[in-house]
Amino acid sequence: MSTIDLILGPQHPAFKEPERFLFKTEGEIVVDVEPRLGYVHRGIEKAFEMRNYIQGLYLAERICGICNVAHTLCYAQAAEEVYGVEVPPRARYLRAVIHELNRIHSHLLIIGVAAELIGFDTLFMLIWRDREIVMDLVEMMTGNRVISAYITIGGVRRDVSPEFIEKAKKMLTKLEERVKYYRKVWIEDPIIRARCVEVGKLSKADAIKLCAVGPTARGSGVNYDVRRHRPYAAYDEIPFNVVLREEGDVWARVLCRIDETLEAINIVKYALDHLPSGDIRVKVPIRPPPGEGVAFVEAPRGELLHHVYSDGTDKPYRWRVRTPTYANIPAVCHMFKGCYIADIPAILVSIDPCFSCTDRVTILDIRTNERKILTWTQLKKMFREFRRPKA
Amino acid sequence: MALLSRLRTWALTRSPWILHFNTGACNACDIEVLAALTPRFDVERFGILLKGSPRHADILVVTGPVTRQCAPRLRRIYEQMPEPKFVIAVGTCACSGGAFQGCYGVLGGVDKVIPVDMYIPGCPPRPDAIVEGIAKLLEKLRRGGSSGRGRE
Repeated sequence: MSTIDLILGPQHPAFKEPERFLFKTEGEIVVDVEPRLGYVHRGIEKAFEMRNYIQGLYLAERICGICNVAHTLCYAQAAEEVYGVEVPPRARYLRAVIHELNRIHSHLLIIGVAAELIGFDTLFMLIWRDREIVMDLVEMMTGNRVISAYITIGGVRRDVSPEFIEKAKKMLTKLEERVKYYRKVWIEDPIIRARCVEVGKLSKADAIKLCAVGPTARGSGVNYDVRRHRPYAAYDEIPFNVVLREEGDVWARVLCRIDETLEAINIVKYALDHLPSGDIRVKVPIRPPPGEGVAFVEAPRGELLHHVYSDGTDKPYRWRVRTPTYANIPAVCHMFKGCYIADIPAILVSIDPCFSCTDRVTILDIRTNERKILTWTQLKKMFREFRRPKA
Repeated sequence: MALLSRLRTWALTRSPWILHFNTGACNACDIEVLAALTPRFDVERFGILLKGSPRHADILVVTGPVTRQCAPRLRRIYEQMPEPKFVIAVGTCACSGGAFQGCYGVLGGVDKVIPVDMYIPGCPPRPDAIVEGIAKLLEKLRRGGSSGRGRE
């Protein structure tokens, strides 16, 4: 059978790292895939070199709006290593709180989108309704819903009041009940199981070989979590479990995120209960000493790295960022091999590339040189109507 | 003729379909646009429906600064939309380039590439602000007929 090229999204800026995938297909089966990165390249790393350390903070949280706390936390930690400052204990706990709230909102977001892509619109709407609880909490704590500008070099910007702690714990208990219900739905619902189990398999050996990170790796049983293995903020003092699943399919990766959401709720509650007293911030000068700083953070999607090189001026000499979705691209390309065309959206969303927007797919038939354009909605429809044959 | 144009305005403002396009945003505006569609804010009560294809859309909602890679694609999407068409720029980046001004990959605001009818500033704007922006655009259409700049 001749192969057909299927192009997914040259104009696909929905991801944080926008990608175009060229799928080589035989009938309904994908045999090979070729990614092309860099469509929405804005030149942020160069822009860091033109701004001073405090201005860079605002740029860092706009690398990705969804996991903005992870980026500012990583940025601040790398800068603190250069400055050589110690963050006060209360600030370390507050950093863990906002980091976990950010993780809850990011995970609920992608679980909802995953539900929508498998044709379960009701679940999507319900999860997004309950996600507003955590958005309200972030707004009460930081003053903004999404981009929070909460973490700064040397600590955090705002303190929390005892009233906030009481209210937050009440709201989180309510959210926990809802998430437990969604977990039950995800495990028991036959439609979800039919769409997700045994789709997009990634074995443990392959996950290690292809350097997968975050829930993508933990869904395949790779026990690696930066919070556990290179503790930062207050994670060396907060007890929590690293969620692992052995199955390595789309279902397991999403279930891994649901369980991590429950863990994150517990972490926030523990941190709010054991909040130390004291300062929330130490002041740093504009100009750091020359040196290097590296920081790792477990962002909602996986391991995030910021590396800074300072030459003693008020601007960094070089700033390097390595983001988790970028690290997961080889793994997702491996998952695509042998899958059905209609499974592509579910597999792509299972690595959490922030799939939220309009897409287009071009199907190029080599034999007739005919070009068919599909919209993202049509692709979703195709996916929903598709019945997988019994193997 | 007056009756026809009244009918056209009525049809346009009762159920405008929107197309959401991200030209290089950091995803913060995108999740707020999506949140505006979900139960708490529920923009669908204005008859607004999110569509996947530019050929079905009346309003183009653009988020993010326009990158050099995305500019030709944004123009092509705009050209594919049927008349009358309107553009809403959501977020400070889409209005002016925002925090990404001076980056070598970024052209600037959306109005550098296509005409814009409504600007919603904010980083990111709250879903309430997005809903209000869309409602104001509809009001403008109702008042002034369909004299959006998109018809130029």
